[in-house]
Amino acid sequence: MKLALGPVLYYWNRDTLSDFYAEMADAPVDIIYLGETVCSRRHLLRFQDYLEMAGRLAAAGKEVVISTQTLIESEFDVKALRKIAGNGNFKVEANDMGAVRLLAANKVPFVAGPTLNIYNPQTLDLLAGLGANRWVMPVEMSREALVALNAGRQTKPETEVFAYGRLPLAFSARCFTARHHNLQKDDCQFKCFDYENGLDLKTREGQPFLTLNGIQTQSALVHNLIGELDTLRETNVDVLRISPQARHTGAIARLFREALAQRLTAAQALAQIEELMPAASCNGYWHNRPGLEFIRADQPVAA
Amino acid sequence: MQPDRIELVCPAGSLPALKTAVDNGADCVYMGFRDDTNARNFTGLNFSFDNTKEGVRYAHAKGKKVLLALNTYPQSDGWQRWKTAIDNAAELGMDAVILADPGLMQYAAKTHPDLRLHLSVQGSATNYEAINFYHEMFGIRRAVVPRVLALAQVEQLMAGTQVEIELFGFGGLCVMVEGRCALSSYATGDSPNTRGVCSPPKAVRWQETPKGLESRLNGILIDRYASGENAGYPTLCKGRFDVDGETYYAIEEPASLNTLELLPELRRMGIAAIKIEGRQRSPAYVGQVTKVWRQAIDNCCRDSKAFAVNPAWMTELGKVSEGQQQTLGAYYRPWK
Repeated sequence: MKLALGPVLYYWNRDTLSDFYAEMADAPVDIIYLGETVCSRRHLLRFQDYLEMAGRLAAAGKEVVISTQTLIESEFDVKALRKIAGNGNFKVEANDMGAVRLLAANKVPFVAGPTLNIYNPQTLDLLAGLGANRWVMPVEMSREALVALNAGRQTKPETEVFAYGRLPLAFSARCFTARHHNLQKDDCQFKCFDYENGLDLKTREGQPFLTLNGIQTQSALVHNLIGELDTLRETNVDVLRISPQARHTGAIARLFREALAQRLTAAQALAQIEELMPAASCNGYWHNRPGLEFIRADQPVAA
Repeated sequence: MQPDRIELVCPAGSLPALKTAVDNGADCVYMGFRDDTNARNFTGLNFSFDNTKEGVRYAHAKGKKVLLALNTYPQSDGWQRWKTAIDNAAELGMDAVILADPGLMQYAAKTHPDLRLHLSVQGSATNYEAINFYHEMFGIRRAVVPRVLALAQVEQLMAGTQVEIELFGFGGLCVMVEGRCALSSYATGDSPNTRGVCSPPKAVRWQETPKGLESRLNGILIDRYASGENAGYPTLCKGRFDVDGETYYAIEEPASLNTLELLPELRRMGIAAIKIEGRQRSPAYVGQVTKVWRQAIDNCCRDSKAFAVNPAWMTELGKVSEGQQQTLGAYYRPWK
């Protein structure tokens, strides 16, 4: 299985981002997704900056993919989308059907992103026909559902699974980070800068529940499939996505690599990775359970 | 091109609701079959095959249309169920089916080329490139747009496509882009995309405690009410949570969308249809809301310059609003 680094979902400043990718150029990941997928107001890095970064990472031997914004609302967003789709050099991850239309028209192969809602083989085959040579499973899909999809598909796009990180669960027009500061989105003062791993939302009895990340809502818990490498392999998953966090992302990639090479057992890898996480693990989705549950590989599933 | 009228599209969770909608002035009713092929998959709701037949007969006899929502994403092991639902829709003479899944649209377009296709709000199309994708690929004739765009953005979108646009006008308000929200499955295992439910009733528990009345969803505390506070259904994005030591409606207040005052603007823009949310609501709700919106649309279409919101309409709609509050939602940009 290959390892991929997902797009950075938070708003980090320019230097942080540039240091981060300099480190990732040497990290044991095969594929790097780049680009702003959450909010069009996060404009610190321009399209040209991403292209330059992409060039550097490609020169370091990485497969680079530019990810499109997920929620395309305005003409401004559509124009940005056209630039990415027509970049002519790097592969693109389409996170909206508008992106698929543009990429298919340009006849360039693409990655069908996790928000395209591919839940059945008919839809996967259709997108493969339009040029998708890899697809990212919706985050809420289970192993069981993936087995059923694989049994019915006629095309061969690679399968990528979101294997590590806070789950991107929902997108809105409203910015919840701005709302927390009693600001309107159009005057958000870029409060996302203050939350390098998002803003924690707890229940009134203190249970970590969600993470506010601008217009995106994430899980509070960290989706973590490092203990599931055997079942991922058995299900013919080709690529594991690691979603960047503010610290230790390189170390996390190394642990996945070690575990994939079977130099660490599942239990060892889990114990070590838990030291590096901003919150506890969950993996319920993979087990066809509520996403926030965590089922240890050797533990029987409750009925 | 401005359509000569705005269609009023009303919810029908049951045969009595369908008849009430038709009798009170709906141009179209939308409904779903009694299973997970639609996004209001609740016990005791929706239509059997025979009920559907009767509903279509009733509406057509009065010159009204029936639209069938098949707007969940078919799961691989249940594909046959969604396919059969499409075949049944064609056989029953549905005026259109409302779909979200591209695979299913492809099947419908190939197998039943005369069946009119609408893109469901669950298809998450918020820009004309996406809408044109579904139009070119499957010939969709109308798109229902997620409740996340400001009116100016809707207008921009309309300039880029020939597809008719339907907007939500009244009812429960999704804050998230429909079709791109897995909060419910994160908490309970079931989501709109996979099972046609959000914050499902089977996961809800109410508990009286010394601290107040608590609502829980699969054990997660969604809200707690002091005595005298109005308790609402624990839809998980409408609870009160703690962010940085502050407890508030961190995502959205319990409120209903109400766009009555925007009607002249929607008419000027050339919106084809206005949708009323609420297939899970009673026939009484459907009757009340349909009646008000019929009058409002008729008034507006007669003379949109002279149009004014009748306070009696607002009172009527206020009675059936969630949390008794109303909002313009994202159509009013500062809401964001």
